[in-house]
Amino acid sequence: MIVASVDAQALVDALGLGAVYALMAVGIGLVFGVLRLVNFAYGQLIMAGAFTLAYASRANWSTWKSIVACFAVVIGLSLVMELAVFRPLRTQSPAVMLVATFAVSFLLQSVALLTVLKVQGQLGMPVSTVARLSQAVTVWGVDVRKVTIVSLVVAALSLGLLALLLGRTTVGLQMRAAAADFTTARLLGISANRVIGFAVLLAGVIAAVVAVLLTARTPYVQSDFALHDMIYVLVGVVVGGIDRLWTATLGGFTIGFASGVIYAALPSDQTAYLPSVLFALVIVVLLARPAGLFAPRGASTMERV
Amino acid sequence: MTAAPVLEVSGLTVNYGGVAALRGITLEVRSGEIVGLIGPNGAGKSTMLHAIMGLVPAQAGEIRLGGSPLLGLAPERVARSGVALVPEGRRIFAGLTVEENLRLGLAGRRSREGAEEDVEAVYELFPIVSEFRRRPAGALSGGQQQQLAIGRALVARPDLLLLDEPSLGLAPKVVDIVFEALAEIRRRGLTVLLVEQRAQRTVAFADRTYLISNGELRLSLTPADAGDSARMVAAYFAA
Repeated sequence: MIVASVDAQALVDALGLGAVYALMAVGIGLVFGVLRLVNFAYGQLIMAGAFTLAYASRANWSTWKSIVACFAVVIGLSLVMELAVFRPLRTQSPAVMLVATFAVSFLLQSVALLTVLKVQGQLGMPVSTVARLSQAVTVWGVDVRKVTIVSLVVAALSLGLLALLLGRTTVGLQMRAAAADFTTARLLGISANRVIGFAVLLAGVIAAVVAVLLTARTPYVQSDFALHDMIYVLVGVVVGGIDRLWTATLGGFTIGFASGVIYAALPSDQTAYLPSVLFALVIVVLLARPAGLFAPRGASTMERV
Repeated sequence: MTAAPVLEVSGLTVNYGGVAALRGITLEVRSGEIVGLIGPNGAGKSTMLHAIMGLVPAQAGEIRLGGSPLLGLAPERVARSGVALVPEGRRIFAGLTVEENLRLGLAGRRSREGAEEDVEAVYELFPIVSEFRRRPAGALSGGQQQQLAIGRALVARPDLLLLDEPSLGLAPKVVDIVFEALAEIRRRGLTVLLVEQRAQRTVAFADRTYLISNGELRLSLTPADAGDSARMVAAYFAA
C-alpha cells in the first residue's frame, strides 16, 4: 500500500469532518449522560432532517425556510421519541432500551426508504438548497469548501453555547447532577422528566445542525444517510470515553479527523480499506486505554456531563 | 399541648423480594419535634426513609405529610411537597463545587422567595462550607461533606427533614459537630426524623425515639430512658 501525500487541503477537510462528528458525539453523550442509553436512532434523526431539506429543495423553498423546517422536524421527532419510547421504557433494563432504539432506527430507515421510493421512484433525493456550501473558496492558498469553514465555526459556537448552558444555568447544573447520580438528584426535587426532556431537546437541536452540515457535504439523501457516520461516531465516543461529555466529544472529533486523514493518505484505488485501518487503530487504542483515550488516568465514572 | 402531626405513618408494610422489611409500622412526627429512629442493622430504618421518599413501593399502609398522602409519588414530587432527605453516605456530587451542591438543594423549594437568604444562612451555620464554596465537593473531608449534605437539605426549606445516619463513618469529634448542627436545627423549630445507629446519644437528644427491630416498632423512648440501656438492649435482641 502506497501512502499518498496528505496535503493542507486534506487536513482542513478532515478538521471539518471532525467538527461534525464532535457535534454528533455531543448529541449522543448528552442523552447517555442522563439516560445511560446510547440512542442508536440518533443517526436517523439526522437522516430525517436531511430528507426534510431534500423535500424542501424539491418544493423550491428558500435556504432559510428549509433549515427552519429541518430543525422543526428533527426536534419534533426527538421529542416524540422521548415521549413514545424512552419515557415508557425508562424503568426497564438498559438492554431493553438499547434494543428499542435499534427498532426505532430501522423503523425510520424503512419509512424513509418506502416514502422516497414511492414519491421519487428512486433510492435517494438530491438536495440543492444547501449545495452552495460545497463550493470552494481559497484561504491562504488552500482550496477549502465553505461547508468546512461553516462546520468549524458552527461546531465551536454550539460547543461554546452548550458549555455556558451546562455551566451557568440552573437546568444545566441539574443536568450535570443527574448525569452524576440520578437518584440523589431526584431526591433533591430535580424532575427526571425535565432534565431528560431537556437533554433530548438539546440533542435534537444538535442533530438538526448536523443534518444541515452533512447534507451540505453530501447533497444526495438516501435512507441510510448518516448511518455510517453514526457508527463511526459511536466508536469515537467509546474510544474517547463515554463517561464524560468532553471526552466523548473529543473522541468524536478524533475519529472524524482520523478518518479524513486516513482517507487522504490511502491511494485513491484503496480507499475501501479506510474502515479496516481505522477500526484496527480503534482496537489498539482500546487495548491500551480501555476507559477511553482522553479519560483521566485512574478515572472512575463520577461526572458524565 | 400537642402540636399538629407533620408526618403520619400508619400500618406501613414494605417487602423486598418477598422478605418483609417493614411490618405494619405506625408512627408520627409532630410539628417542631425531633424524633429518633434507632435499631440494629437491617431493622428497616433506612427502608422507612426510602418509603417516605418514594424510592421503594409500599405493600400496605399510608404515609401522610401535613394530611396529604405521599405514597405513590415520585421522589422528586415528595421532595417538592416539603420533605428533604440527608441520605446515608451523604451522596454529595463530588465533581461539582460546594456551592453548586448547595444550590441543587433549591430544586426542592416550593417558592424561590428567600432562596438567597437561605443559602446565606447555611453559610453562616457551616462556615467551612462557605470557605470552600468554590472547591470541588469531593475534596471536602467526611465531616465537611456531611455539613454540606445537611445544608443542601436545609436550603429546600422543608416541612420535614429526614436524616439517614448522619454520624456514620465520622470521627467522634466530627460527630459532635454534626449533633451541634442538629441542635441548631432544633432551635430553628424544624421537624426532624433522625435515623441513627448511636442509640443512647439519639435517645438523649431527640424528643422521642422509636426503636425498631426486624421491621417492627418495639419501643418508644424519651430522653429520660437514655440511661436505661438494659431495656434497649433487650429490645434490640428480641426476636
